[in-house]
Amino acid sequence: MRYLPLTPEDRSQMLARIGVADIDALFADIPVEKRLKALPDLPLTKSEIEVERTLGRMAGKNVAAGSAPFFVGCGAYKHHVPASVDHLIQRSEFLTSYTPYQPEIAQGTLHYLFEFQTQVALLTGMEVANASMYDGSTATAEAVLMAHRVTRRKKAVLAGNLHPHYRETVETVSGMSDHAVVALPPAPHGAEDILGAIDKETSCVVLQTPDVYGHVHDLRPIAEKAHAAGALLIAVVTEVVSLGLVTPPGEMGADIVVGEGQSIGNGLNFGGPYAGLFASRMKYVRQMPGRLVGETVDAEGKRGFVLTLSTREQHIRREKATSNICTNSGLCTLAFSIHLTLLGEAGLRRLAQVNHANALILAEMLGAVPGVDVLNSTFFNEFTIRVRRDAAEVVEKLAARGILGGVPASRLDPSRGELSDLIIVAATEANTDEDRAAYANALREVLA
Amino acid sequence: MNRQGRPTEPVQALAAAPETFTGNRALRIEEALIFETGRTDVTGVDIEEPKRRARLGDLERKAIGLPGLSEPEAVRHYVRLSRMNYGIDSGVFPLGSCTMKHNPRLNEKMARLPGFGDIHPLQPQSTVPGALELIAELSRWLCELTGMPAVALTPKAGAHGELCGMMAIKAALTARGEKRSVVLVPESAHGTNPATAALLGYRVEAVPAREDGTVDPEEVKKHLSPETAAIMLTNPNTCGLFERDVLGIAEAVHAAGAYFYADGANFNAIVGKVRPGDLGVDAMHINLHKTFSTPHGGGGPGAGPVVLSAALAPFAPLPYVVNDKDGLRLVEHAADAQGKPLGRMCAFHGQMGMFVRAMSYMLAHGADGMRQASEDAVLNANYVRATLCDLMSLPFGDRACMHEVLFDDHWLDDSGVSTLDFAKAMIDEGYHPMTMYFPLVVHGAMLIEPTESESKASLDLFIAALRDLAMAAKQGDTARFSGAPYYAPRRRLDETRAARQPVLRWVKPVPVKEAAE
Repeated sequence: MRYLPLTPEDRSQMLARIGVADIDALFADIPVEKRLKALPDLPLTKSEIEVERTLGRMAGKNVAAGSAPFFVGCGAYKHHVPASVDHLIQRSEFLTSYTPYQPEIAQGTLHYLFEFQTQVALLTGMEVANASMYDGSTATAEAVLMAHRVTRRKKAVLAGNLHPHYRETVETVSGMSDHAVVALPPAPHGAEDILGAIDKETSCVVLQTPDVYGHVHDLRPIAEKAHAAGALLIAVVTEVVSLGLVTPPGEMGADIVVGEGQSIGNGLNFGGPYAGLFASRMKYVRQMPGRLVGETVDAEGKRGFVLTLSTREQHIRREKATSNICTNSGLCTLAFSIHLTLLGEAGLRRLAQVNHANALILAEMLGAVPGVDVLNSTFFNEFTIRVRRDAAEVVEKLAARGILGGVPASRLDPSRGELSDLIIVAATEANTDEDRAAYANALREVLA
Repeated sequence: MNRQGRPTEPVQALAAAPETFTGNRALRIEEALIFETGRTDVTGVDIEEPKRRARLGDLERKAIGLPGLSEPEAVRHYVRLSRMNYGIDSGVFPLGSCTMKHNPRLNEKMARLPGFGDIHPLQPQSTVPGALELIAELSRWLCELTGMPAVALTPKAGAHGELCGMMAIKAALTARGEKRSVVLVPESAHGTNPATAALLGYRVEAVPAREDGTVDPEEVKKHLSPETAAIMLTNPNTCGLFERDVLGIAEAVHAAGAYFYADGANFNAIVGKVRPGDLGVDAMHINLHKTFSTPHGGGGPGAGPVVLSAALAPFAPLPYVVNDKDGLRLVEHAADAQGKPLGRMCAFHGQMGMFVRAMSYMLAHGADGMRQASEDAVLNANYVRATLCDLMSLPFGDRACMHEVLFDDHWLDDSGVSTLDFAKAMIDEGYHPMTMYFPLVVHGAMLIEPTESESKASLDLFIAALRDLAMAAKQGDTARFSGAPYYAPRRRLDETRAARQPVLRWVKPVPVKEAAE
């Protein structure tokens, strides 16, 4: 077996040195009647070429986003990632290192995490950001728990246009922890009454912008109402490229901003691994979940970085920790940070402008197809169309024509009949004029 | 090529290495922050002109302050940073409980196949049959290796898997009409165990270990009551020992109507040797980034699938893949599910990128290779134990361990050297330190997990280095330890200062003149 360096001679010498007759003597504590006598009923070792064949066959059955006109979004986006990003994250010293518990030999990781925290804080308009969560949805659930700790209340109000997977993730943790959740009904046209749902028991209001249907929100009136009631405003951003063009939640009164970082630096990967972004006001830092990297000096006075404020964390505080999180999304945050460093403000702004422009053009084209209405007035790179047919069937028919045309709203929320004719459509810099024309033509055919 | 130059010869070394102008030391280069070198008007990505003007009204953003670097500058920045890190590929990384085994590059290649890496979680199911096939196949392997009937794949890391498993237990108790309030956790457990139980509103009750480092079923019985929801037991435990009375513990726990949650962080020791499902386990998470070698990546991403007993399987979270008359398909909603799903752990379908890597690892090893890997991991740990136990003290006596060996600091008594000092001196010898001060049940713990990836030659050198250090410590050569590391990119860092005056992000320095005004 090519991954195992010990030879049979090594093994017998080592057993002799240990002073046991055979390897099973070292497993003697396992109840004898439960020890496996035969190998598990699974195939035996395979060469590299055989593994490649097996997995290559499976991969070959899937339609890759890059191989078709592609307009699927809803929390994961097809963006171009510069070649250098993937090359750099595969540097052994990044790829095969551990959580930086020994800072003297982990300055590479700590240094880029410090930069990442700063980038996220700048991007979201917040004062402080952590070293990442698993993804946007789990970051949202953690943000709700943090708001409960800060306000000492236990009721979260979720906007109706929060991504349904995010809503369900929050509901699952909250339900299990005996916390209350008020989830408002979806409002695909964009206007919903969140203010009316805030009361004196509300710990936090959770609002996504751009929301799952693509609407961009001014958070200021909601922040004002929430703060007046003693509640926090948690803003959720599932498309972080939008922050290159849209006023960030931190400049509109949000107390915690969480986001999905996949769009910058990370591939689609069928949903994971991604990188959860988590930013807040400095005054709440000791209630934050997750790792934090801080600046300090070493014994010679040189600048260095360490994991810090770890008295919030499970390995120190155990049952009194702010969260049970341990592993986060290290390598995905590195990809995020490298891509964002390559973009810089100028590149990010340009990227966001192109995404927005491509969506404006696509919305015009699809809106001109007979039987199609665009629901959004203001949007970034994603919008919702009404097709007056079963949207899931339309999307399937588009797929049969080689177009991945978006997400039927019913896939996320099948229980609501009023959503059954809606398709959520994303446009990015990856789309060409030909892609958009092909989509409009195919949709025209399907709806004819 | 420098053909005219003279060949270099060793010259007499200076007594002390001189300071350099730059602060650099040859290959070790001091690196600035991107905020100090980058500029907001510089970009390393060329992007076309937008074809429309923005239509966002007064929601259009003003300045952000993000620095950019050109591609050559960015590549150099990150390459230099990488050289300040120690990884498995750099050398022995015996970090106990963390399983730093070799990361085959084939797995990276497989995860990057466009058919896996470039597919969207919400594109029509008809366009991703191969992805569903991979998920189903991974499930089959995990169920077979653990002897459990079901697996929930979506949890994103070990602690998230713990949360999922404990939620399944809570859901099962609720379905029975019971509301139990206590979770038993041995004192040697990972910190995530009590943190997870507390997150779900449980009161955590610690179970002490007996003299030999394992849990006594009689002690467990003393703590069991009608209020006990579950025990969370790591097996092999964090002392590197197999809980030999696991069957008795499982029986007692079940007799009390409680569930047996196993922390599977150390499953790598027993793959192919024994199945947790045969030991009475109701739920166990598997760290794909430990046992199945998906890269740790400087702290993630991981993946924490949870195998479930028949009693808990109906409560598995959404989504999951089923194989019925229509073939493989995703169940994404409760209305479509057979059981009573506990909810959803996260958006989408879990860490697919890690699933592919783990599957690639499993296919490559096969049933025989995985058993051999477990045996070699255990053999290597015991070899380290046998060759160091005359110098370093074993808290539970000289008995066989599993995949990791635990020493305490008793042998350092009166030496003036602490576990921390010893660990830092290992850095100077070119090794990553072992896990230190964990588990908490042992004073000054040093937990060494060599993994199956080390050759005998590599272990022999490692052991020789540790023996030399141990002798030096005992002989009172404290300077070698108290100032260590001497040769790392940084000397010991001031962690107290970092915590007392937190600087958690870069802030633009105020120009001296302005500050004075």
